[in-house]
Amino acid sequence: MNQKDFQAIYMLWLRQMKRFLRAKSRVLSTIVQPLFFLLILGFGFNIALFPDMEGSYINFLAPGIIAMAILFSSMFTGVSVLWDKQSGFLQEVLVAPVSRLSIVIGRTLGGATIALFQGFIIMIIALLLGVPIIDIPGLLLTIVIMVLLSFTAVGFGLIIASKMRDFEGFQSLMSLILMPLLFLSSAFYPISDSLPRWLQVLSYCNPLFYMIDGIRGSLTGVNNVLPPVIDLGIILVLCIIIMGLGTYFFNKSES
Amino acid sequence: MSIIETKNLTKKFDDFLAVDHITFSVEKGEIFGFLGPNGAGKTTTIKMLTTLLYPSDGSASIADFDILKQRANVRENIGVVFQEPALDTELTGKENLDFHARMYGLTQETRKKRITQVLSLVDLSDKKNVFVKQYSGGMKRRLEIARGLMHSPTVLFLDEPTLGLDAQTRRAIWEYIKQLNKEEGTTIFLTTHYMDEADFLCDRIGIIDHGKILVIDTVDTLKKSVGHDVITLSCSDIAQLQKRLEQESWVSNITPHVSFLTLGVERGEEKIPTIFDIARTINVSISSVDVRKPTLDDVFLYYTGRSMREQNPEAPGSKAIKPSGFHLRRR
Repeated sequence: MNQKDFQAIYMLWLRQMKRFLRAKSRVLSTIVQPLFFLLILGFGFNIALFPDMEGSYINFLAPGIIAMAILFSSMFTGVSVLWDKQSGFLQEVLVAPVSRLSIVIGRTLGGATIALFQGFIIMIIALLLGVPIIDIPGLLLTIVIMVLLSFTAVGFGLIIASKMRDFEGFQSLMSLILMPLLFLSSAFYPISDSLPRWLQVLSYCNPLFYMIDGIRGSLTGVNNVLPPVIDLGIILVLCIIIMGLGTYFFNKSES
Repeated sequence: MSIIETKNLTKKFDDFLAVDHITFSVEKGEIFGFLGPNGAGKTTTIKMLTTLLYPSDGSASIADFDILKQRANVRENIGVVFQEPALDTELTGKENLDFHARMYGLTQETRKKRITQVLSLVDLSDKKNVFVKQYSGGMKRRLEIARGLMHSPTVLFLDEPTLGLDAQTRRAIWEYIKQLNKEEGTTIFLTTHYMDEADFLCDRIGIIDHGKILVIDTVDTLKKSVGHDVITLSCSDIAQLQKRLEQESWVSNITPHVSFLTLGVERGEEKIPTIFDIARTINVSISSVDVRKPTLDDVFLYYTGRSMREQNPEAPGSKAIKPSGFHLRRR
């Protein structure tokens, strides 16, 4: 890593920021979608009573939707890598005399910044809707987890994108992976002992579960299964593994 | 001094041998061209040399850096203009150049200076703040060439630089390529399937077909290797002139046609006065004469046994072959 690599990282980040801010419809759609989930599901299920759930449903749902906003936005980074691959721009990046690692870092930083931005917007809206915060350290821990989540998700998107050639394949694979991941993550309903055993086991195997559980524990402080610090540890390990794999796959891919 | 050196460079995609043990070298400061039909292995060779593809076998070096072991050094020394456009269309022309400059670690001062220089070289200064998505095909190509030059590379790779462009834009791009070769001393490696392009631009040409190099030499030597000049004559009495010229030892291959006569000779331009003298002695008046050098199409035909035009019916350039030699026609 030398100065050149940092300049390249900055440039890759800057390019994604410019592209993101210029695509107004994208800014709008990636915010509106999770917002629908938050408002419609939140108020729709607010009357329902879940066993083992404290507080109102929207308080339970908000951490899940914040994670979902980050996840959706991060997947878009994968799409943009594919876009660069198809438009040929990736070749321009790959022939530049910068290390593959800095290309991955630049991409990830760019994608993660956008994902975080969208996560924050959902979080602010949730707070305006009356979702309570336990305390300031909790809020800070939430932000740390959100950062790690966005890096992990962007890294995951990069891995898939490096293996894929076209959008159709990427999109169908993504919905195939994202849907079960979300539904088994405790985003929409609490994972409790009253659920079937297999569903509980699957949920505990789901990395997203720990991310949402971590946000829930640190932000609202209720309904979380594990202490937020343990969630944080698990997420940290996951993030490092995914980032390592992302770099490895990106390095190996020929354009 | 060789700037590009390859040894048995090979690329195999599954069972298909795209590039088959090619060995060649390119000298510093020259314009070297790979001429061959689509699918001959030109782009694959460029992708290997620019570190985008790993060779299956063999080795190559650019400016004495190995393309496998010193990839970063190789990348620092090359500029590439890809066959498919590789611009970010959501950015402006200037932003694309700025992106490139920063990726190559140019200082702010150099960045500004070079952006102005290369933009004026390709006449895009007044379009620099326009989004690339609003550029025409020719403008995009020119911007890409400008971008390839930003970091003053030792070697510039141009993969089919004028593919799909109109005649006027092609001309302009040829001029830019010649100009930068002369002014910046950039060694240029280009691929093309247009005969006229190779003819106009290249100092030396490698003819490539089915992943193999058939021959490498200067354009002139290649044409000479095919055979003699071709002289076409129109005159008042074809039969009489033919009869007389057949007696000359330097005339080979004399063929009468309906309204003209063709003969194969060595150094055709020197033979024209002699032919006029002979015609005068037998009272035949010559109304027009044309000396044609063999074209690269003839060369391609000679080495591959088939014409490249047959394979590329869509290629607009290959139909208009510029006669490069002495040209005289009075009608």
